[in-house]
Amino acid sequence: MSLEGKVALVTGATRGIGKAIAHELARQGAEVVGTATSAEGAESITEGLKSAGFKGYGIVMNVADADSIEAGLKQLTEQSGAPQILVNNAGITRDNLLMRLKDDDWTSVLETNLSSVYRTSKAVLRGMAKARWGRIINISSVVAGMGNPGQGNYCAAKAGVEGFTRSLAKEMSNRGITANCVAPGFIDTDMTKKLDDKQRDAMLEIIPAGRLGEPEEVASVVAFLASQGAAYVTGETIHVNGGMYMG
Amino acid sequence: MSTVEERVKKIVCEQLGVKESEVQNTSSFVEDLGADSLDTVELVMALEEEFETEIPDEEAEKLGSVQDAIDYIVAHT
Repeated sequence: MSLEGKVALVTGATRGIGKAIAHELARQGAEVVGTATSAEGAESITEGLKSAGFKGYGIVMNVADADSIEAGLKQLTEQSGAPQILVNNAGITRDNLLMRLKDDDWTSVLETNLSSVYRTSKAVLRGMAKARWGRIINISSVVAGMGNPGQGNYCAAKAGVEGFTRSLAKEMSNRGITANCVAPGFIDTDMTKKLDDKQRDAMLEIIPAGRLGEPEEVASVVAFLASQGAAYVTGETIHVNGGMYMG
Repeated sequence: MSTVEERVKKIVCEQLGVKESEVQNTSSFVEDLGADSLDTVELVMALEEEFETEIPDEEAEKLGSVQDAIDYIVAHT
C-alpha cells in the first residue's frame, strides 16, 4: 500500500467527498485524521473508519477559526505526528445573486473555503519541509473556471484556492512538496441535493457523461495526487466533471 | 553543554546541507553557503526552535551571516 506510514489530514470528512477521500487514503495505507465541526461529527468519522477496518479518527476543527485549527493540529501532531498529506476539502455554499448577496454570505464563504486553505497549509508546511516530502491537495470546483450565477462568493473562493495552490507549488517544490487542486463538477452529495429538479435537469444536459459523479470518483484522483507516482505533478488542477468543462 | 556558536553552526549545517568545515563565522548564508530565500526562512525557524525564542521578521532579515545569528542569539536569549 502506497501511503503506508503517512499521516493524512482531511478537512470536512464527515460526509460526501471528504468522507470518500478519507476512506480512500486510508485504503491506501495512510493513517487518516478527518475533521468535523462538531464532536458528533468527529465521532462519526472515527466510527466510519473503524468499521471499515481503517486506521484513523476524527477530530473537531472549525477551519474558519484560526485558534481551532491550531488546537486541532496540536492534538493530531501529539497523537499521530505531523501530517505529510493535507486535503483541504471543507467547504460551504451561501448562494445568492450578487444583487441580493449579504456581506455575511460573502465573508463566511471566503473564510471557510479560502482563508482556511491558507491557514491549514501554513500550519503543516514546516513539518513537510523538514520531512522533505508533502502533498497538499485542495478541493476546488468546476465553477472556479466556469463561473456560476448565484455563486459569486463560492466561485471567487475556489478560483482563489487555485491561484494560491499554484504559488504554493512554486514555493515548495524543491522541498519535495507538491500542491495541486482537484476540481469536481456535479457530484452526488448533500451539496448538490440542495438543487431542485429543474436545476438538476438543466445540469445533466451540460454533462456529456449524462450523470452526476460519485464521491469515490473524486477520491481516487486525490489518492493519485497523494501518491509517490504523482511526485512531478504540481500546481495543477485536475478536473473531475464528466466532461462538462475542460478548462 | 555546547556553546551558542557550536549550536548555531550545527543548525546551519543541518539546514543548508553544508559541511562543518565550510561554515566560518564570517560565512554569508546566501553568498557563501548557497542559501535561497526559503532556506533562510527555514534556518530562522530552526534557530527559533533550538533557542526557544522568536525572531521577528525585521530582525530575521538582518541575519546575513553566521556571526549575525550568533550575536542575535547571545543578545536575545
